[in-house]
Amino acid sequence: MDFVIGADDLAFRRDMRAWIGATLPSEIATRGRRGFHATRSDVESWTRRLNAKGWAAPAWPEAHGGTNWTPLQRYLFQLELRAAAAPVQDQSAMELVGPVIYTFGDEVQKRVHLPRILNADTFWCQGFSEPNAGSDLASLRTRAVLDGDHYVVNGQKTWTSDAQRADMMFALVRTDAEARPQAGISFLLIDMKSPGVRVRPIYSIDEGHSVNEVFFDDVRVPTENIVGEPNKGWSYAKFLLTNERAMSAETAHTRADLLQLKGFAGEKACEPLFCAKLSKLEVDLMALEFAVLRVLHAEGGAQDAVASVLKLRGAELRQRVAELGVEALGNVGLAVNPDPTGHDATDHPAARPPGPDHAVGWLARSMFRRATTIYGGSNEIQRNIIAKAVLSL
Amino acid sequence: MDFTYSDEQQSLQDSVKRFCEREYSFEKRQALLKTEDGFDRANWATFAELGWLGAAVAEDAGGFGGGPIENAIILEQLARGLSVAPFLSSAVIATQAIAQLASGAQREALLTPLIGGERIAALAHGETAQHAFAPDIETKAAASGGGYRLTGRKTFVLGGQAADLFLVSATTGGGGVSLFAVPAEAKGLERVNYHAVDGRRVSDITLKDVEVPADALIGDEGEAQDAIDYALDYGVIGLCAEAVGAMDAALWITRDYLKTRKQFGVSLNTFQALQHRMADMLVETELARSMLYRGIAALSLDNKRARARGVSAAKAQIGEAGFFVGGQAVQLHGGIGVTEEYIVGHYFKRLALVRGLYGSSDQHLTRFAESAEGQNEEELSPI
Ligand SMILES: Cc1cc2nc3c(=O)[nH]c(=O)nc-3n(C[C@H](O)[C@H](O)[C@H](O)COP(=O)(O)OP(=O)(O)OC[C@H]3O[C@@H](n4cnc5c(N)ncnc54)[C@H](O)[C@@H]3O)c2cc1C
Repeated sequence: MDFVIGADDLAFRRDMRAWIGATLPSEIATRGRRGFHATRSDVESWTRRLNAKGWAAPAWPEAHGGTNWTPLQRYLFQLELRAAAAPVQDQSAMELVGPVIYTFGDEVQKRVHLPRILNADTFWCQGFSEPNAGSDLASLRTRAVLDGDHYVVNGQKTWTSDAQRADMMFALVRTDAEARPQAGISFLLIDMKSPGVRVRPIYSIDEGHSVNEVFFDDVRVPTENIVGEPNKGWSYAKFLLTNERAMSAETAHTRADLLQLKGFAGEKACEPLFCAKLSKLEVDLMALEFAVLRVLHAEGGAQDAVASVLKLRGAELRQRVAELGVEALGNVGLAVNPDPTGHDATDHPAARPPGPDHAVGWLARSMFRRATTIYGGSNEIQRNIIAKAVLSL
Repeated sequence: MDFTYSDEQQSLQDSVKRFCEREYSFEKRQALLKTEDGFDRANWATFAELGWLGAAVAEDAGGFGGGPIENAIILEQLARGLSVAPFLSSAVIATQAIAQLASGAQREALLTPLIGGERIAALAHGETAQHAFAPDIETKAAASGGGYRLTGRKTFVLGGQAADLFLVSATTGGGGVSLFAVPAEAKGLERVNYHAVDGRRVSDITLKDVEVPADALIGDEGEAQDAIDYALDYGVIGLCAEAVGAMDAALWITRDYLKTRKQFGVSLNTFQALQHRMADMLVETELARSMLYRGIAALSLDNKRARARGVSAAKAQIGEAGFFVGGQAVQLHGGIGVTEEYIVGHYFKRLALVRGLYGSSDQHLTRFAESAEGQNEEELSPI
C-alpha cells in the first residue's frame, strides 16, 4: 500500500493545470465559477478543445477514444478542471450513454455516436423518469410498439435534464406490456427532432431552467436505434445507474466550491462557530475523497452498494458546501441573483441586486442542490440499496 | 401562565386565516411576484381596515392595544399563505421603532398613516452584508440649516421597494445613533430594488446629501439605539412566527403528499424511513412553536440582556429547525419539490430566508452566550 501521491502524478497534475490555464477562455471560466447551468456553446467549445488533445472522455477505453490514464490521473484531471471552473461536459453523453453504447451497442451505433459525443456534436438527455415512475423506475409506462422497421413511441418523460438543448435522448421504453415490470423494457435512442416530440420547461427553485417534461406523440424511431437486445433495457440501465452513482460523489466539485468559499469568506472563516462548520465540511470531504480513490483503484470499479455510499454522502456535501457559501455571504447571499448573462433564468428573471461578483450564483446553487439528494436515485433509495446489498437486511 | 388564546386572539387568528384562504392562492401569488410592486395593495388596504397594521400598537397611539402575540398570530397565518406583503417590515419593525422612540405629535404624525395603510415604512439600518443585525453605523447626519444632512448607504432594507418612508439610522455629532424619517422621494435618495430568496422585495439605498428638516429626527438625538434593537428583536420574533407557520404548512402538505403518492405499488407513507422522517419534522415544528412562545415571553422582559438572550435563543433554534423541516419537505416530495410550480419549495425558500435574515444562527448563538455574562439566572428567564 502507498497512500501518498508520487512525483510522476504530481508532475501530471502540474501539466494539466498549466494546460487548462492556458486553454480555458476566461469568460467561460467566469461563467463556470458562478455555477449556473452551463450553456451549450460553452460546453461545446470546451469539449472540442479537450477532444483535440484526446482528453474529452479520459475514462473511456482507449479503443473508443479515451485515455489510458490511471484512475488517480483521471481524478487529478477532474480536480484541475473543477478548480479552473471549466464547464461540466455533457454528462448524459460522456458518463452515461457513451459507456452503454461502447459496452452494449452494435458497431454502427459505436461508429456513429461515440465520435460525435467526444466532439460535442450531439448533446444527449436521459429519458428514464416519468410522472409515476421516479424511485420506482421499473413502473415506467412510455411504450414503443413495433411497426415494420420502426418503433412508435407514445408517453411522457419528466425531470429530463437538458432536454431543451439535447439532440438525442436515451430512453427506457416499454416494449412488452405483458412482461414483469423489469422485463419488457428496452433502451432506445431517440432523435429529439423527430416529429411528435415536445419539450416543456420546468423551472426549478433556483429560478433556473435545466429540467423539462418531454411528450411523445406517435414518434417513429428506427429499430436500429435500440441498444442491445429488445426487452433487456433494464440491465443496461442498471449498469448506467451504477456508473452515474460512482461519479456522483462529485468531490472535485465540492473541493472547488470550498476553495472559492474560503477565498471570499475572509474574516468570517475565523469566527469560531463558522470555522467549526467549515472545518467539519473539509474533514468530511477528505474522507469521501479517499473513499472515491479507493473505489477508483478497486478492480472492476464500483459495486452497486459502494457507489451508493459515494452518491449518498457526496450529495450531502454538495448541499452543505452551497449552504455554507450562502451563509458566508451574509445578507447578500439571501438575494436572488440571476445569471448576469441572462442565459440560465426563468421567463421572468428577478432584478439584479448590488453586491460583489463572487456572490453571484451561490443562492441558486444552494437551492438547486436540494435536488442532489433526489436525482440519480434519492438518498433514501441509496440507503435501501446499502441495507439490502451490503447489510443483507 | 396561560397557553390558550383569548377570545380576541382566537378571532384574530380566524380572520387572518379566512382572509388568506379566500384571497391568497398559489397561482395568484406567483403572478403577483412578477408584477412591478410584487404585492397586492388592495389587500394592504384590507389589512388596515381589519386593524392588523396596528394590532401591536398601544391604543393611546391609535393602535389596537395588542403586542407580540398578536403580531405572531398574524405573521404565522400570512406565512402559511406565503404572503409577500411588507407586513413584517412596515407594520412590525418600523411601527415598533416609531412607537418606542417618538412621543406626542410626532408619534401621531408618523404612526397614524402607517396604521391606516396610507403609508408604508421600512427600517433602513444594516450597512454591510455581515452585520445587518448589529452594524457599526457609518451613515452620518450632520446639522445643516435648521435640520440635518444625511450621507451613507443602507443594504438589504426589507420591504424597501414599497416604502414611502425610510427610517434611517445615522450617527450624529454627539456620537450616538439617531433615527430619521426620510421620505422615499427625498432628493439625493437612491433606491435599488431586488428580490429576497422568498420573493419579497428588498432594497439598497444610498443617501447623498439628503436634506431633512429638524422634525425628521425621531425622538432625541443620539438616543435611538435601544429602540432600534427593540424593534429588530420584535422583527426577529415576527420572523420566528413566520417560520412556525411555514413549517407547519410544509409538514402537513408533505404528510398529505406521502399518503397519495405511490411508488413500488404502495403509497409512500407506508415506508417506515419516511414515517420517521416526518416524525422528526413534527418534533422540530412542535419545539419551534414552543420556542416562539418562549421568545415572545422574552420580548416583554425589561432586562435588556434577558430579552436579547431569549430572542436570540428563539432565532437560533427556530432558524435551524425551519431549514430542516423545509428541506425535508422538499426531499420527501422528490422531484416535484424542487420546482417553482409547486408550493412546497416556496415554504422552503421562506424558511431559508428566516434562517439567514436579521442575524444568522451563529450570530444569535453568540449574542445568546454574550448576553448572559454577568447576569444571574433568575434575571435571565421569564420563569
Ligand atoms: C434536478 C433534477 C434532475 C433530474 N434529471 C433527470 C434526468 O435527466 N433524467 C431522468 O430520467 N430523471 C431525472 N431526474 C429524476 C430523478 O431521478 C427522480 O426525481 C428521482 O428518481 C426521484 O423520483 P421522484 O421525483 O418521482 O420521487 P418519488 O419516487 O416520488 O420519491 C418521493 C420521496 O419518497 C422517497 N421514497 C421513494 N421510494 C422510497 C422507498 N422505497 N423507501 C424510502 N423512501 C422512498 C424518495 O426518496 C423521496 O424522498 C431528475 C430529478 C431532478 C430533481
